[in-house]
Amino acid sequence: MTALQALNVMKEGHDGSGVGIFMTDLGGDLEQFKGSPILSGIFSQDGIRKLDRYMMELGLLTKFKLSIRPTKKPPEGTPKRDVYLIRVYEYPYEWEGMSSEETANRLMKIRVDLRNMGEEDQSMMVFSFWPDVIMIKEVGDPLEVADYLGLDLKGLKARIILAQGRQNTNYGITLYACHPFFIQGYATMTNGENTAFIPIKEYLISRGFPGYMGYQSDSEVFTHILHYSKNILGLGLQEYKHIITPLKDEELLRHPDGPFLRHLKHSCRFLTIDGPNCVIGCLPDKTLFMVQDSKKLRPGIVGGKPGVFAFSSEMCGLEEAIPDRDKSQEFQPMKYDIAYVDSTRTEVKRWNQWEPCTRPH
Amino acid sequence: MEPVGTLHPSALSVRDLIWRILWDKEKCTLCGKCTAVCPVRAIEIGVHRKRTVDIPIGLQTKPANVYQVYHGIDQVTDLAHSCIGCGMCTYVCPNSAIFAVRNDEIDKLRFHLNQGGEPRRRGGRRNDPGSILDRFKFVRISMLTDPALDAGRHEFEVRTLLGRILPPEEVVRATYENEWIPPVREIYPLIIGGMSFGALSPNMWEGLQMGVAYLNEELGMPVRMCTGEGGCPPRLLRSRFLKYVILQIASGYFGWDEIIHALPEMKEDPCAIEIKYGQGAKPGDGGLLMWYKVNKLIAAIRGVPAGVSLPSPPTHQTKYSIEESVAKMIQSMYMVWGFRVPVYPKISATTTSLAVLNNLARNPYAAALAIDGEDGGTGAAYNVSMNHMGHPIASNIRDAYLTLVKIGKQNEIPLFAGGGIGKNGNLAANAAALIMLGASGVQVGKYIMQAAGGCVGSENDRCNICNIGLCPKGITSQDPRIYRRLDPENVAQRIVDVFLSFDSELKKILAPLGRSTSLPIGMSDALGIDDRDAAERLGIRHVV
Repeated sequence: MTALQALNVMKEGHDGSGVGIFMTDLGGDLEQFKGSPILSGIFSQDGIRKLDRYMMELGLLTKFKLSIRPTKKPPEGTPKRDVYLIRVYEYPYEWEGMSSEETANRLMKIRVDLRNMGEEDQSMMVFSFWPDVIMIKEVGDPLEVADYLGLDLKGLKARIILAQGRQNTNYGITLYACHPFFIQGYATMTNGENTAFIPIKEYLISRGFPGYMGYQSDSEVFTHILHYSKNILGLGLQEYKHIITPLKDEELLRHPDGPFLRHLKHSCRFLTIDGPNCVIGCLPDKTLFMVQDSKKLRPGIVGGKPGVFAFSSEMCGLEEAIPDRDKSQEFQPMKYDIAYVDSTRTEVKRWNQWEPCTRPH
Repeated sequence: MEPVGTLHPSALSVRDLIWRILWDKEKCTLCGKCTAVCPVRAIEIGVHRKRTVDIPIGLQTKPANVYQVYHGIDQVTDLAHSCIGCGMCTYVCPNSAIFAVRNDEIDKLRFHLNQGGEPRRRGGRRNDPGSILDRFKFVRISMLTDPALDAGRHEFEVRTLLGRILPPEEVVRATYENEWIPPVREIYPLIIGGMSFGALSPNMWEGLQMGVAYLNEELGMPVRMCTGEGGCPPRLLRSRFLKYVILQIASGYFGWDEIIHALPEMKEDPCAIEIKYGQGAKPGDGGLLMWYKVNKLIAAIRGVPAGVSLPSPPTHQTKYSIEESVAKMIQSMYMVWGFRVPVYPKISATTTSLAVLNNLARNPYAAALAIDGEDGGTGAAYNVSMNHMGHPIASNIRDAYLTLVKIGKQNEIPLFAGGGIGKNGNLAANAAALIMLGASGVQVGKYIMQAAGGCVGSENDRCNICNIGLCPKGITSQDPRIYRRLDPENVAQRIVDVFLSFDSELKKILAPLGRSTSLPIGMSDALGIDDRDAAERLGIRHVV
């Protein structure tokens, strides 16, 4: 709820048209199911039946449920839904000993299949199917929706939460266009408009990776570029930053990793983002980060105290969430920076594109 | 009608020509400059006899004929000397006493420019002033949801890539394993397309080279220029400026003897090698340098005797298959410079472009594909080839890009578009539209000749005598008496003007679209056109 209260403070900057929440490093009732995949989505009764049939065929059995079946009247603007599903599954027997990559691909395929199945009759909307991850998305004012769904209920606790308080305002309203976006453990949400959306989208789709689909929002590509950089190319967050905002040709002459970064820039030319965007994201290792595009036209600030940190698009959000922080340690990343907090949650770390990349190439 | 003997079918009056000279006796000073400057001797000094009837008042003197003589201009009507409309007579006339104007109906000349069974040949471009490129609008303007940028003060990276670009997975692997990565050039997206030393006068060529060198070394704009098929002057081959030059090899291999001999002495690698398989102005036809222009200098650089026409074959003699011989030619050219120089083919736009592209996609060395549309220009070609052969560039480049998107190689083989870019003066808008349709950059020739050389040619069949070495501006002439009119320093200055103004205009297009970090290649959502069929064909917005 703190995250949503922070969102509420920033209401001047969003229109309260919707809310999207990504939760990981779960606590409460879900703490015990760390390794088991959790399905998050919105289902109609019919959708639940379809889901059960589909999962049974695959041999995936429900282990635990924390689904929300709202009984109250929904707030204005929020449609009535049957079930906000949060279900923990048990891996089938046959999946044992499978490589983590294969498991990840199967989980993603299930999510994509369910999404496609539900698209026909709107009976299923699936946001994530991944261990230790819950996603909730809905139209309406964030606080009212949170209250309506009873999100502060005891069982639902997470140490990392990404929340965005707005529906996609640029195109038609669809929940799949609502931030944050998720793929195989990576989640990002974005502030701003992605002007290079079409060429980036076409490039990602043409990679032939089944999870690179959807794109109801221009911001979804940022999640997929992150996934592509790390999972497909095997590079790190620093290279992700170099891919989305490469240094200029002349700048690369002076960079210690210039030759490699130049090749990377060339080969990832269609993944250069042209902003203006501030991207906040979470990696599978629970590192949270914030980066800006090369124009740095969007706000973004990271701050907090050991144990509690907030990444916020506006300072008032940070102020609301963690008023007693050490303000000298807070940081607003500029065009070359990555601000990140790793899973130890002890400090805000900074990295600048002019520094050598710490991964060996 | 008085008996005039027989009329030859090809006897034409000034009414039947394309251009008609209007001359004002009152203003003319009889200085003779116009007749001296006319490149085709379409006008000559005329002595005219004029009768007036003098009727005195009264009856004492009878009315009588008075014969007077006046001097002036005659327009020649024989076919070889019909006016080309270049307007040099107007340019030199101190009193603006002479003009060439178009006759008001389609000329009869065209039916007779085939004497001796030889069809019309000319230089220039397709005689069609229309261009679909001018009809594109940039409709995705950054408004409120994202801020438009300041074209004057924001930083823009207006650069593109020329070279085979490995997919990211391969780059990472090749880096780890320390393998060869194909050479890639970071260049300015507006390339001066191939206009040969021979097609252009030495002064024009020198001016272009100086302008390009200045843009690179003083202004930091990596502008590149292609030689066309005519080799490269020996001193340039041995200079540090070679790195700004794309050497072209075409089916006549003209100039390559000189290039090969210069290899051991080269201080720099050339920017790239362009293998010309086709040209938009005369698709399926080889280069042509007519005998008028093959003087001693040109003959020496090209390694041929002087005074003979140099028609290149329509195709490379060894090109029997794209899978093998084209691949071999590309690889051989790589080998010449130790795999440090990108090699790419240039073809004329055709419905078979996609077949070529698919083959190149499978050839790991093909560094790019340049496609030249029907509106491209030429120094010499058959009229029929220029006017009727070839494919428009817009749909060809779009199809090529979407084919690459389909196979996921849109970044691996950069596409370069040519042919009619800026034909009506809208250079930056035309270039930006083609880039958004999928081109990585554009090649221009005619615009450069017009803007930097002062070419007066047009799509209305004005001038267009580049083929016979009489270019009134000295741009395509090999006669020193003519080309000394063109000062290379001035050409260089104009090249710099052209590129700086292009750069500003391009930024004026990119900034409102919110694009500054990378060139908007394939940003088709920014384009609109008011023609439903064109919109559907190109996969862009139909806007009315």
